[in-house]
Amino acid sequence: MRGAVTRFAARDPGPVARVAGFMAHLRSNGFRLGIAEAEVALAALAVTPADEGSVRRALKAVACGCAEDWARFDAVFNSYWRNGGRVRSKVVPSAVPAHARAARGAEGENGTGSGKADAPDSGRDGDSEAGGAGRLVATTVRNVMKKDLREVVSPEDIRAAEVVAHRLGQALRDRRSRRAKAARRGARIDLRRTIRASLATGGEPMRLARKRRPERPVRIAALVDVSGSMSVYARPFLAFLAGLMRADGRADAYLFHTRLVRVTEALRDEDPFRALNRITLLADGFGGGSKIGAALEQFAATYARRFVNGRSVVVILSDGYDSAPSGQIGAAMERLSRRGCRILWLNPLKGWRDYAPVAAGMAAALPYLDLFAPAATLDDLAALEGELARL
Amino acid sequence: MTTAATVQSGLAAQGYVAPPDLAMALHLALVLGRPLLLEGAAGVGKTEVARALAAWKGCALIRLQCYEGLDAAQAIYEWNYQRQLLAIRALAEGGETGSAVEARLFSEAYLLERPLLAAIRQPVAPVLLIDEIDRADEEFEAYLLEVLSDFQITIPEMGTIRAVTRPMVILTANGTRDLSDALRRRCLYAHVDYPDAVTELAILQARLPDVGARLGEQIVGFVQSLRKEELEKKPGVAEMLDFAAALAGLGVADLTGDPAVLQAALATLLKTQGDRAAVTTEVAQRLAGKAA
Repeated sequence: MRGAVTRFAARDPGPVARVAGFMAHLRSNGFRLGIAEAEVALAALAVTPADEGSVRRALKAVACGCAEDWARFDAVFNSYWRNGGRVRSKVVPSAVPAHARAARGAEGENGTGSGKADAPDSGRDGDSEAGGAGRLVATTVRNVMKKDLREVVSPEDIRAAEVVAHRLGQALRDRRSRRAKAARRGARIDLRRTIRASLATGGEPMRLARKRRPERPVRIAALVDVSGSMSVYARPFLAFLAGLMRADGRADAYLFHTRLVRVTEALRDEDPFRALNRITLLADGFGGGSKIGAALEQFAATYARRFVNGRSVVVILSDGYDSAPSGQIGAAMERLSRRGCRILWLNPLKGWRDYAPVAAGMAAALPYLDLFAPAATLDDLAALEGELARL
Repeated sequence: MTTAATVQSGLAAQGYVAPPDLAMALHLALVLGRPLLLEGAAGVGKTEVARALAAWKGCALIRLQCYEGLDAAQAIYEWNYQRQLLAIRALAEGGETGSAVEARLFSEAYLLERPLLAAIRQPVAPVLLIDEIDRADEEFEAYLLEVLSDFQITIPEMGTIRAVTRPMVILTANGTRDLSDALRRRCLYAHVDYPDAVTELAILQARLPDVGARLGEQIVGFVQSLRKEELEKKPGVAEMLDFAAALAGLGVADLTGDPAVLQAALATLLKTQGDRAAVTTEVAQRLAGKAA
């Protein structure tokens, strides 16, 4: 089957529709393409010789936008043009690698996965084929406990946390801006405005206009680990999260255990009590196992692309105990740090005497951290203010 | 009309060996008039593409090196304040005042062209290289998008300047941070990798024809296997050429000949303390033995 050129149905309307179909196929495989790209693709094909290699390379240059696209383009191209493609085109591969979905006993799954490495849209297939034992083991590990967050956090906590979060936000202001802005009092002279003004006084620069580097507010994204091992610390951290959302209108909040949920909107609820109620519903599985690597990977691949940039600070509150292989944390952290953000990891265990970050996941994350600090209570968080200001 | 093959041979004449993917992307960028975004590790020859392209087309290469905090005054235009100040004095002594002075001060003579403005005002379309765009901040990226889509620049004091010719735009990035989707979508894309052994040998022969065939193969084999080692900074193509030039300069005919000379020449390939320590004489000899 593979290797044969796809035979399209007789009623197929022609090459333009086929290219449009291919663009749709790419889109459903996670390529970010619009109408404009389809037009460019047609324009590109008009100036390309009609042999397979040239067409492949031309579409590759048009459709790809980053190194990951580049690496998997050939496989997606094959599945459409050389493999009776349309059958598969509805399958969307997940950004999370196969081994992240089942914690233990993943060997069987990897086996089938690698056999199909040339077909990118078979990610789901591999999963279902894995079946049997591997799957069962994974489900027993997933220990879902329902806990009501309202029992954990009180509205008073949130009010106290609001003050702390507000101060931390202040401390984190970005001082790196080099883009000068006009200001009444500033370190540098704004020659452009000075000379413009000097025209009025016959060329004498009587009034010196100035400019300075403005400080910019940073965007904070806080990720709180609510897995079982962290439930002791849930109270201050959740309060902090809720306080942060109230104090800073630009901040973002996420909870993670075996998966990641964005709770920003829920926590912005005017009634703090109702806010907690809403995140209890969102954070199904609270108090269970943790897959930090998978959660971070998910964050880096989805939300971070939209909400995290060079002026962001990502705060991770977790103990670093992960039930998945540690390589994933390292990869996810690398990907996240490429967004240009600063990353802080606040680990409650670090406050313990003789603590060393030996948990493999924690060790893998260390090289990417701008600050690795202890924090187990709200007071600890408040004490970080000085360190954050130096960052 | 150009094809990918003519691009490839044209660049080859300038000593740049382009893989087919890259040649096709360049060809499309030229024909469709779209900017081309090149991504890849440092030292794979991204900047060199623009240089070779300009040399082949016989046009100017205008380069804008990006850095954090790059702003319009350094990228687009700036007024020549010193000259303006002097002119105001001179004109005041001559008795000229008011709007005549103003019109004269904000004219062509007092305008300092920076790369982006210079690029759209060339009589012959130049190659505009925007190097390491990921080092500039996001505000600049947004501004660049505007320039790249309209090819016109507005200077409040003078009005809008439209492009005389459309430059061929090449952007490079090496992944310091992710670029915005808007910028990626506006550009064609090619990922430049370390060349394979055959291509790298062709590059070596094109650049340093004096290096013997046998030594050339050894050098390329050695550098290729060195890239597979766990290194902080993998040697790029430029480093490989330096290495070859160093060996040729030292009069080496065989890589396995003298371990001490090889170890000394490694200074051209390995640029960090950690990497120097990692590639001991034994490791280097093993790699050289494999390459021979």
